[in-house]
Amino acid sequence: MTAPGVRDAGYDDFVDALAEGEGYYLECENGHGTLPPRRVCPHCGSRELVETALPETGTIDSYTVVHVAAPAFADDVPYAVAVADFGAVRLTGQLQSDLDAVETGLTVAPRVGKSETTGERLLTFELR
Amino acid sequence: MTNVRVAGVGLTHFGRHPERTSRDLFAEAGLAALDDAGVDRDDVEGVYYGNFMGALAEHQGHQGPLAAEALGVDAPATRYESACASSGVALRQAVKDVRNGEADVLVVGGAERMNNLETAESTEALAIAADELYEVRAGVTFPGAYAMMANAYFEEFGGSHEDLAHVAVKNHENAVGNEHAQYQKEITVEDVLESPPVAEPLNLYDACPVTDGASAVVLVSEDYANDHDVEAPVAVTGTGQGGDNMALQDRDDMATSPAATDAAAEAYAEAGVTAADVDFAEVHDCFTIAEVLAVESLGFFETGEGVAAARRGVTTRDGDLPVNLSGGLKAKGHPVGATGTSQVAELTRLLRGDHHNSEYVAAADVAVAHNAGGTVASAVVHVLEVER
Ligand SMILES: [Zn+2]
Repeated sequence: MTAPGVRDAGYDDFVDALAEGEGYYLECENGHGTLPPRRVCPHCGSRELVETALPETGTIDSYTVVHVAAPAFADDVPYAVAVADFGAVRLTGQLQSDLDAVETGLTVAPRVGKSETTGERLLTFELR
Repeated sequence: MTNVRVAGVGLTHFGRHPERTSRDLFAEAGLAALDDAGVDRDDVEGVYYGNFMGALAEHQGHQGPLAAEALGVDAPATRYESACASSGVALRQAVKDVRNGEADVLVVGGAERMNNLETAESTEALAIAADELYEVRAGVTFPGAYAMMANAYFEEFGGSHEDLAHVAVKNHENAVGNEHAQYQKEITVEDVLESPPVAEPLNLYDACPVTDGASAVVLVSEDYANDHDVEAPVAVTGTGQGGDNMALQDRDDMATSPAATDAAAEAYAEAGVTAADVDFAEVHDCFTIAEVLAVESLGFFETGEGVAAARRGVTTRDGDLPVNLSGGLKAKGHPVGATGTSQVAELTRLLRGDHHNSEYVAAADVAVAHNAGGTVASAVVHVLEVER
C-alpha cells in the first residue's frame, strides 16, 4: 500500500480542483482533451498541454448499476456508475441519486463525493 | 520464415480447485502437453507463461522460473501479463520466435488460481485490469465495465438482454461433454434472465465463473517436426495484436472493440485468409456482450448484427460458423492467465478430430482464437489451419 500522505500527483490535483468547483482537463493546440497525469496528447503527440476549464455539465453516455462490488465499495451496493461526455473529455463517476432515475442522455455535473464503505473520496455526478 | 506447428496440447480441469497452487496446475497441463506432443523435455528451449493475478492471489511474483521448474524443464522462462490476454500474448511471442528461427521447441501456457480468494477479493483483483485512477476508484468493476459497453451497444445498435442470453445458452450447450469444463450442464434463456444481477444489464449467468486451471501447448518448427517424426497437423499461420485506451472514458466508442479488429486484420493478412474463410472460432466471452463484440471485430458479422448471431443459430454448433465449441469462458471457465492458450488447445483438438465436438467441424480447415485483456484494451488473434 501507498505510505500515508503520499499523493498521486496530477490526479489528486485534478480531484482537488474538481472539489473546489474548478475542474479542468488538459487541452493540446489541436483541441484534443485528455486527463492528468499526462505529458503528451495521445491523439496527436503534442506536448503543449494547457489546463482548460471543464464544462459545468455533461451528458451520460452509458451507465450500469453495480450489485457485486470490490471490498472498497462493499457497503455502497447497489450503486450506479456512469461515463459522461463533457465535450473534449469524458469522465467516469458514481451517480449518488435514485437508481431508477439513471438513464443515457441525462445532464450531470461533476462532483467529488465519498465511498460509504471507506470514506475515500471519489468522482461523482449530480443530476441537473 | 518457418511454419509453426502445434505438436501437443494439455489442459487441467477448469473449475474450483482452491487448494491447488498455480505451479501444480501448470505442471499438470504442461506435462500433458509434452506427453501429447511426444517431445523430449531436454529439447524445450523456453517456457512462455501467462499469469495475471498471482502477485495478489498467491503472493507470488517472478513466476516464470517456477513454471519451468514445475515442468522439469531446464530452460529460460518468462511470465507474460496482459490481464485476461496473458497467455495469448505469450503465445504470440512464441509463434514469432519459432517462425523467425530463434527456437525449435517452446512450451507456452498459463495458469490462474482464483478460488482461494473471497468473491469480493477476486472482484477487486480482476478490477485492476482497468484504469486504477479513473475507473477503479469510481467503483467500476470488471462486470461493470462490460455492462456499460452492453448498454452503449443497445443504445447504438439495438438488441436486448434476451439476445445476450442466447449466447450463454449456446455456450453451456457446447460444454456438455467437455471433461475440462467447469459447467457441463445446459441452461435456458429464462435461467439467464432470472439469475441475480451483477452489473445491470448483466446477470450472474451472463458472466464467466471464477475459475482455477491451467493450459499449455507445445510449439515446434516444421523442421523439428519432420526431423523427429512429430505428428503435428495443425499450424499457427497468423498472429495479430491490437491495443486501445485502457479506460472506456477515453475511447471514441464504447460499443465496439477496435483492438480486436486490428489484431484480426494482422492475423488474417499473415495467414492469407479473410473472415469469410474462417470455419469456426473460440472467442473471449468473459461476458455475453463480449462474444458479440468479438464476432463483429473478427469480421464475421457487420457492426450491430452480432448481437442476434446466437439467437438466429448462426454461431451454434449446427450453424454456419460455430463459436465457442469448447463452452467458451462462460461455461468452460476463465482461469484468466490460462485462457489464451486453452482456446488454442481446444481449436487444435477440434481440428485434429479428437474433441467431443469435432463432429460439428469435420470438414473445417481454418479456425480462429480471439483472446482479450480488460475491456479489450489488449486483443490477440491467432489463425490455425490443419492439413487434412
Ligand atoms: Zn492533440
